[in-house]
Amino acid sequence: MDYEIVIGLEIHSELDTKTKIFCGCSTAFGAEENTQTCPVCLGLPGVLPVLNKKVVEYAVKAGIATDCKIARYSKMDRKNYFYPDLPKAYQISQFDLPICEAGSVEIDLGEYKKTIGITRIHIEEDAGKLIHDAGSGTLADNNRCGVPLIEIVTEPDMRSAEEARTFAEKIKSILEYTEVSDCKMQEGSLRFDVNLSVMKKGAKEFGTRTEMKNLNSFRALERAIEYESKRQIFEIERGNRIIQETRKWDDDKAESFSLRSKEEAHDYRYFPDPDLVPVVLTEDYIDNVKRHLPKLPWVRKAEYMEKWNLSEYDANVLTASKDIAEFFEKTVEACNDAKSAANWIMGEISAVLNEKSLGINEVAFAPEDLGELINLINKNTISGNIAKKVLKEMFETGKAPMSIVEEKNLAQMNDVSELKNMVLDVMKANPQSVEDLKGGKEKAIGFLVGQIMKQTKGKANPGMVNKLIKENLEKF
Amino acid sequence: MKLTKEDVMYVADLARLEFNEEEIEKYVHQLGEILNYEEQLNELDTTGVEPTAHVLPIKNVLREDELVESLDRQKALMNAPSQDKGCFKVPKVIE
Ligand SMILES: [Zn+2]
Repeated sequence: MDYEIVIGLEIHSELDTKTKIFCGCSTAFGAEENTQTCPVCLGLPGVLPVLNKKVVEYAVKAGIATDCKIARYSKMDRKNYFYPDLPKAYQISQFDLPICEAGSVEIDLGEYKKTIGITRIHIEEDAGKLIHDAGSGTLADNNRCGVPLIEIVTEPDMRSAEEARTFAEKIKSILEYTEVSDCKMQEGSLRFDVNLSVMKKGAKEFGTRTEMKNLNSFRALERAIEYESKRQIFEIERGNRIIQETRKWDDDKAESFSLRSKEEAHDYRYFPDPDLVPVVLTEDYIDNVKRHLPKLPWVRKAEYMEKWNLSEYDANVLTASKDIAEFFEKTVEACNDAKSAANWIMGEISAVLNEKSLGINEVAFAPEDLGELINLINKNTISGNIAKKVLKEMFETGKAPMSIVEEKNLAQMNDVSELKNMVLDVMKANPQSVEDLKGGKEKAIGFLVGQIMKQTKGKANPGMVNKLIKENLEKF
Repeated sequence: MKLTKEDVMYVADLARLEFNEEEIEKYVHQLGEILNYEEQLNELDTTGVEPTAHVLPIKNVLREDELVESLDRQKALMNAPSQDKGCFKVPKVIE
């Protein structure tokens, strides 16, 4: 029997503000435990939370970029539950009047495109961090309490792990492009909850769904979906019922397990937070945010293909992250050669970045330097092979390519008379190769060129050397 | 509206409160009276009246995204019944 998997996602993203959502404490990651707290975010009695302006702006940006309707009127609510990472015993969130609703995002699966519905985006505060490995008790670090989040809730529109992953990646790129979040997944800035059910192909009603919370990598997301869908199909095939429950994904064991302890039905008793007043947005405000929205990836992609004739594949790779797109654009500005810039960034540079797990902004040189390197090749100052050596040096020292070329004396030899003398000497010293070449063995020329390259440490202009050998062949 | 014993126990459970039989009886009565009092509101005809999302006639009270000094850690932890390694310590939570 064939089954269809039905997936909806809830994506939590920490906003890239300097301060928390309701107080002036820093949101910086990695500070010592409980050094970024105050009476407001510790939930001490009698304090008054005040909403951070940037949080509203960022949520609106995210909403516009995902084609949502921006609410003219929204409000904050209290979601009540007890957990030691929540000092107030309620989380300030949005219940019935979220700031954005009814959007959509198109994803590209290569063979087909698909539109995924966005149910809503709301603003809320993050909870603290619990440290479980302590001996006798659990430790709470409240630095993260009150860090601003948006939660993006999708319609159950995805049908495979691949679609879910592609969608999640697209959301990451949108949030990065709009500078709403830094999306550092290793710091928990982007987390996924998966709602999943399975149904027999063609069925009209969805099956019972389970929820897996807090997946914090694309790989975990994909694997959790694959595991959970197989598990549900297995249960159904054996005639068992799926229980609606929250399950925990264990990435090390690669399996999900039931959180029976939490199975009691949640009753969050949402109500409007009396300390926080409604957010009312005007048309002008929304238009203004829209006007200042950075260029989105799909707009850039279309430009790359049209203006610079890049292939769809290249344009996709280069626009997948904002940092790469900007590095690429600045490089092209400096060298006016988009194809070469694309090849260097997607080839040599990506290889080093992957190997050293670096982001493109962490490299020692600037995009203008890469532009200059490409100019040096295009002007025949250095060959492509030498350029790779120069690039390696640029990664290590951050020096400008021209100074590396000068310092290491790497400039290409383009002097005809000088090269001609060398070519004649090499031909004289290798009569057999010359004979072979004359006899039509084209391969022999490679050997001769190689000799010249060896003598010049790769600096001779290979095209010129080729030409000189052929021109002087009849002299032998 | 008639409040039941189960209602009181459910609410108490959500609020992590523990009551004895006598107290439960008392709250069934008291809470029930409060709800009955509020029930009077239902006599009003609210057709065409926008639901009230918030009672204050104020909107958009916002602050700039500017850093304010946080509490000294010692001070932050001052009222904690138990602390360890710069953290609030609570009974072990098993996931
Ligand atoms: Zn604070």
